[in-house]
Amino acid sequence: MNAPNTSGWRPAMGPAGDAEAGLATASGDRGLMVEEPLIFELGAGNGCGVDFDQSGPEPLPLPSLSRFLRKSAPALPGLSEPDAMRHYTRLSRQNYAIDLGPFPLGSCTMKHNPRLNEKTARLPGFADIHPLQPQQTVRGAFEVIHQLAHWLITLTGMEAVAMSPKAGAHGELCGLLCIRAAHDARGSARRVVLVPESAHGTNPATAAFAGYRVESIPGTADGRVDLAALKARLGGGRDSDVAGVMITNPNTCGLFERDMRAISGAVHAAGGYVYCDGANFNAIVGKVRPGDLGIDAMHINLHKTFSTPHGGGGPGSGPVVLSAALAPFAPLPFVTRDTDGTVRLVEEEDAPADGPQTFGRMAAFHGQMGMFTRALTYILSHGADGLRQVAEDAVLNANYVLRSLDGVLDAPFGGSGPCMHEALFSDAGLPEGFSTLDIAKGLIDEGFHPMTIYFPLVVHGAMLVEPTECESRQGLDRLIASLRAVAERALAGDETLKSAPRFAPRRRLDETRAARKPVLTWQGHVQPPAAPSLSETGGG
Amino acid sequence: MSRYFTRDHEWIEVEGDTGTVGITDYAQGQLGDITFVELPAAGQAVKKGDSVSVVDSVKAASDIYTPASGAVTDVNHALADEPELVNADAEAGGWLYRLKLSDPGELGGLMDRAGYEEYVGGL
Repeated sequence: MNAPNTSGWRPAMGPAGDAEAGLATASGDRGLMVEEPLIFELGAGNGCGVDFDQSGPEPLPLPSLSRFLRKSAPALPGLSEPDAMRHYTRLSRQNYAIDLGPFPLGSCTMKHNPRLNEKTARLPGFADIHPLQPQQTVRGAFEVIHQLAHWLITLTGMEAVAMSPKAGAHGELCGLLCIRAAHDARGSARRVVLVPESAHGTNPATAAFAGYRVESIPGTADGRVDLAALKARLGGGRDSDVAGVMITNPNTCGLFERDMRAISGAVHAAGGYVYCDGANFNAIVGKVRPGDLGIDAMHINLHKTFSTPHGGGGPGSGPVVLSAALAPFAPLPFVTRDTDGTVRLVEEEDAPADGPQTFGRMAAFHGQMGMFTRALTYILSHGADGLRQVAEDAVLNANYVLRSLDGVLDAPFGGSGPCMHEALFSDAGLPEGFSTLDIAKGLIDEGFHPMTIYFPLVVHGAMLVEPTECESRQGLDRLIASLRAVAERALAGDETLKSAPRFAPRRRLDETRAARKPVLTWQGHVQPPAAPSLSETGGG
Repeated sequence: MSRYFTRDHEWIEVEGDTGTVGITDYAQGQLGDITFVELPAAGQAVKKGDSVSVVDSVKAASDIYTPASGAVTDVNHALADEPELVNADAEAGGWLYRLKLSDPGELGGLMDRAGYEEYVGGL
């Protein structure tokens, strides 16, 4: 085996403490556990998986291009198709996925992707259409977009929805561009956007990208927005320089912003608009309508609340619901239904009649159809009552996790009342020398993907666990038992935890060195450093 | 020569009308292993409180707010290859940038070392 990776557990090592650890196999692999080389280290490098035409290259259509001709063959691995397939399939078996176990990443809402969604998304009428097809041939697709839009508007109590944004952060930008267009329309040149300390990192980034100066609003000791500080910064009246406020509700401390209506009222009184980061909508879907809280714009991550795959197979989808005040500025194109029932697309040529105040276009087409079909399938298969139960179960599960770890992990806002969809812990109770990272790595040994760590930044050594409604009571109990066991090892000063994971395909990686000196290309010519002895890596 | 501190954990060492800026040892300890430092450009005019630099660590990316206004005269080029200098020697060799102060009066609002230590003790 010529793999240069010298750290970590190998199949041949066996589990730590295994009496058979000294037994070796001829291949270096162990049963179905394989040590997979890099693809460049497989094969002789001169093979090819495709039977190309051997008659030689075509003549160049333009002689001036000849200076771009390669002088040497590209250094491709040169594998047969089955060898390449097996390489990636073997690697995939070392990966972790939502189809293998819980993914308790706080703030990410990693929920099961129902297979019914996949079935409808693959119907040829949705899967095999093209955005440039004549409109009359894709009325069914428009109907899906329009129905989904209707559900999103109804669930959020808003006036309109922009369906074209490609992801949450793209949706944030859409919302802020609507806010800017609304200010422009009334001749106000406000330049400041306020963002709470506990905001998602994308919020200030989006505001800056949209041309605003970002100022932060402090939080209170119980983990919510400081309303008094916000009011003081807004100033009294219409001459405020604040264009808007970006708030996440429920927030990243897993808490519902109880003062949301007062916050919205204060922002509106000062002539600003309220953007809500809808990343945590899963906790309140069917229970609370953001429109009733005075929110003017909110993106909805279809891959979170509405169960579509994260990333969407490229791109994702982040529709933005808009209040009556911002709806006229929504981007093109959008689907509308005429009085005769026809659904059609409003594009630039229709804008003077159908959307005269639109801020323009932020995507080539009308949105990510594959995510729309999946999200609508999810919504229709749950119904309004089922969606309400999603929120109830997600919140119940998070509170079950929060309270089940009382006594072993510090919950900084445990006294602020029940949490929403995610349980937040800190490193406060861990003994000297043990960190949040140790808990996360220990969870890998237990066979779970770790929770979100070191976020939100307002909590020291944060651990943010979002179980979602998808986990059964038994599944939650297994996760809790593992988290508790790992935390108890830390509390007992178990030094072996500091070198976790011990049973994963790789031991603890040097994340600092990976960030400082990243190796991003194949270094075939570089001699690997000498392998540390087994006792050093603790692998025997 | 005197040194001042901000509530955001920057320090500034002032000699004549030149200030040298860095982050405190407490700050580097909180950030953990620092992996990258984004520095301002020499010649850049900065206003007190502006975000002029970013320190990335394995845990977070943190804005550095300049403790004083002026024009940047020099940056610590060694940090490009050795960001870990900020961890090892935050309050000397791990300095970030120098600037020619435009308003030394601004320094009045900053803390001295004793004040900063008392502030950190309360965190």
